[in-house]
Amino acid sequence: MAVLEVSGLSKRFGGVGAVNDVSFAVQEGEILGVIGPNGSGKTTLFNCILGQLPPSAGEVRFDGRVTTGMSPSALNRLGVSRTFQLLQVFPRLSARENLILAGQEHRGGMISRLVGRRDAGLGGAADELLEFFGLGRLAGTRAGSLSYGQQKLLDAAMAFMSGPRLVLLDEPAGGVNPSMLVTLKDRLQAYHAERGATLVIIEHNMDFVMSMCARVLVLAEGRTLAVGAPAEVRADEKVIEAYLGR
Amino acid sequence: MANFVALLIAGLATGALYALVAVGFTLMWQTSQTINFAQGEFVMLPAFFMLAAMNHGAPYWVALAIGVGLSLAILGLAFKRLLVDPMLRHGVLPLAIATMALSSFLKESVKTFYSAEASPFPSPAPSSDLRVLGVAVSWQSLAVLVAALSAVTLLQLGLSRTRIGRQMQAAAQNPTVAQILGLPVERLILYAFLLNAALVALASALVSPIYLAKFSNGETLGQAAFIAAIVGGFNQVRGAVVGGLLLGVVENLGAAYISDAYRDAIPLFVLVVVILFRPNGLVGRAEERTV
Amino acid sequence: MTGAAPGRIAIAAGLAVAAALIVAPLFLRRYGLYLVSDWAVMTIAAMGLNLTLGYAGQVSLAQGAFVGVGAYSAAILTTHGWPFATAMALALALSFAVGWALGYPALRVRHHYLAFVTLAFSTLAFLVFRNEAWLTGGVEGIDGVPRPSLFGWSMRPPLAYAYFCLAALALAAAATAWLIRSPWGRAFLALRENPLRAQSLGVDTRRYTLLAFAIGSALGGAAGALYAPLVGLVEPPAFTLALSLNLLMMVIVGGSGYFLGPFLGALIAVMAPEWLRAWENYYLILYAALVMGLLVISPTGILGLVDRYALHRMAAEASAARTALKPSIGES
Repeated sequence: MAVLEVSGLSKRFGGVGAVNDVSFAVQEGEILGVIGPNGSGKTTLFNCILGQLPPSAGEVRFDGRVTTGMSPSALNRLGVSRTFQLLQVFPRLSARENLILAGQEHRGGMISRLVGRRDAGLGGAADELLEFFGLGRLAGTRAGSLSYGQQKLLDAAMAFMSGPRLVLLDEPAGGVNPSMLVTLKDRLQAYHAERGATLVIIEHNMDFVMSMCARVLVLAEGRTLAVGAPAEVRADEKVIEAYLGR
Repeated sequence: MANFVALLIAGLATGALYALVAVGFTLMWQTSQTINFAQGEFVMLPAFFMLAAMNHGAPYWVALAIGVGLSLAILGLAFKRLLVDPMLRHGVLPLAIATMALSSFLKESVKTFYSAEASPFPSPAPSSDLRVLGVAVSWQSLAVLVAALSAVTLLQLGLSRTRIGRQMQAAAQNPTVAQILGLPVERLILYAFLLNAALVALASALVSPIYLAKFSNGETLGQAAFIAAIVGGFNQVRGAVVGGLLLGVVENLGAAYISDAYRDAIPLFVLVVVILFRPNGLVGRAEERTV
Repeated sequence: MTGAAPGRIAIAAGLAVAAALIVAPLFLRRYGLYLVSDWAVMTIAAMGLNLTLGYAGQVSLAQGAFVGVGAYSAAILTTHGWPFATAMALALALSFAVGWALGYPALRVRHHYLAFVTLAFSTLAFLVFRNEAWLTGGVEGIDGVPRPSLFGWSMRPPLAYAYFCLAALALAAAATAWLIRSPWGRAFLALRENPLRAQSLGVDTRRYTLLAFAIGSALGGAAGALYAPLVGLVEPPAFTLALSLNLLMMVIVGGSGYFLGPFLGALIAVMAPEWLRAWENYYLILYAALVMGLLVISPTGILGLVDRYALHRMAAEASAARTALKPSIGES
């Protein structure tokens, strides 16, 4: 059974179809890339899958369970998490606090969160994850003071903190300098290998996508243009035209 | 029945006044996210400018012009430059609180430096009644109705038909894009504030003959404008008009038919009911959110 | 809250102020003691509002009404012989429940519509206080609200009641501090700073917002229960929208979202009439001008100004720290 199944998903804004009848499935443990020229509907697709926007049509299933239109927080508690295109860490909290926040709603209940430990018992796990992403020594630093690349790593770490089954990353490599990119890719792959999480990645950075993803989905004007192994997709005429043509 | 019609007309007149004040309120919100809690006092103040001018011998129409002029300078330009501009970046609330302080400032200043008593205010319309189809309608109410509705209609036309008007609307809907397109957003926002200053000056001249010029006039009007704007739909000028008229009518009818004790709750009751069923107000559109 | 470690200076300053607060009442006369008590009570109400506004990011225009709810609850019960503890418990429970009831549908509609609903409630509450004379004494209110006794010691003397209020403040502050430092507090901060991101991390923003508002309202009620015995007479004009707006101003001027903001804001609100006493006729004008000026200079409040400076310094330090760590993160 696929971890994520999207069937006939469409999203219209007024008369404009941002996403048109997109269908695909992601198997457990897979890393799927989603690429396409600007405005092809990638982020809108994510937003519909993740409950941020209600789709105009179609269905989303997570582990076989229908989750179309479920709220983002409920979905997250089921085991789906995401990063955003625009960096969204909490600048006033320390790196460790950011991670604790990312995990606290997945442990215990409301009462234990009120009267229990300040760190909800996640201090150790947070430090461990920070260490994994190479941010160990910055645990106590305010997230807002970290460099852009470090914040990107933290952002990814936050998505992983709750031990999700499925993680959707929206342009994780955006704006990251080349050497930090190496670290990011390395850590994502390491996480994937060790914890077996299923990843779906929107990216513009072709090298990043092609080297990380086993399968790639190409969107153009809200429709699926092609789907297959990186090499196939790269050579696909329709894809080349979508990026270079017009 | 005649009573009902009389109440209706009076309600429309009050409503037209509310609309006038609510429109400016909405304009300021739309263009710069300013919630002006001093809007009521903005309506109260110009009358005193005019009275001061008349006390120095100026005839009515000259005093009116002076009142409008001072209003534009102080309630438009100075208000924007000194209070709004420094605080805009920090969100809605600090500015809103500052306007609360401003409201108190203006009210107390008038009370202390001019008079705590109500002062009579002249009106160009006669104080008698007109009889239409057996119903007595005061010339005053008619004057208010006509003047206010004309002003609002002119404004609506101006906003939708002139280039500047459309630019203002664009700047209100999406200031970032407007700026990219080369629109002088800062100046357009200033125009919105100046427009408000003119509208409140007009409202001041219309309301003061009826209620007499008093420092406390701003209180009820301000709240009414606020509610009218929201009920109509906070992001549409048209909505402010609808909201204002509706509120005026409901208030007048309610005052006659509902117990005295809970009369003050009527406007707020309307507000809550409308908001619960139509969150964007009666006419408003859902604000676009960028994700 | 204000970022990382508070620093030794801050702790020392805090202890000094606390010591002053404990000792000062002994040197004050009746009016001074009244001011201290009033400040303590207002701070509790402002702390509640700070929770709703500064932490959960919701505007409540009804905090004054909740103070009224608490005050009337206490007045009604204690003038009928019930012990103060019961009155306080009712004030807390009732305010919490009403807050929850108001917030539940309001937050369902749209996030910022709580403001309007609280506005409506504020007016409604005032009208109920004024009109339902069988319960609230109507326009005349309820007079002769007794002060409590603690273990046989009467709190009636001004000095005793001042200490009682200060102790209540300390308790409320401690409870609020605990709340803010708990995972709940972290969730509150998250939903204020970035509700979208918070949701994507599993934070049920609606429930936490509701909680913040209900708890904030409960604190308002508690303040009311302390206010009633302080002034002795509970009447409608004390709990109008004006009080709510005043409390709002206290939170903003002190610094919304900062733990000590309400303390400062309440201080200004309570003491301004005294400081401006020399200019009796112009006191309100000057006060309004003062508030406007303060906000123009620092829209994030007094503590916002302090924080900006502290942030500036921390950014510089962090930058230095990053530079030192570069090799281990692989940045070129």
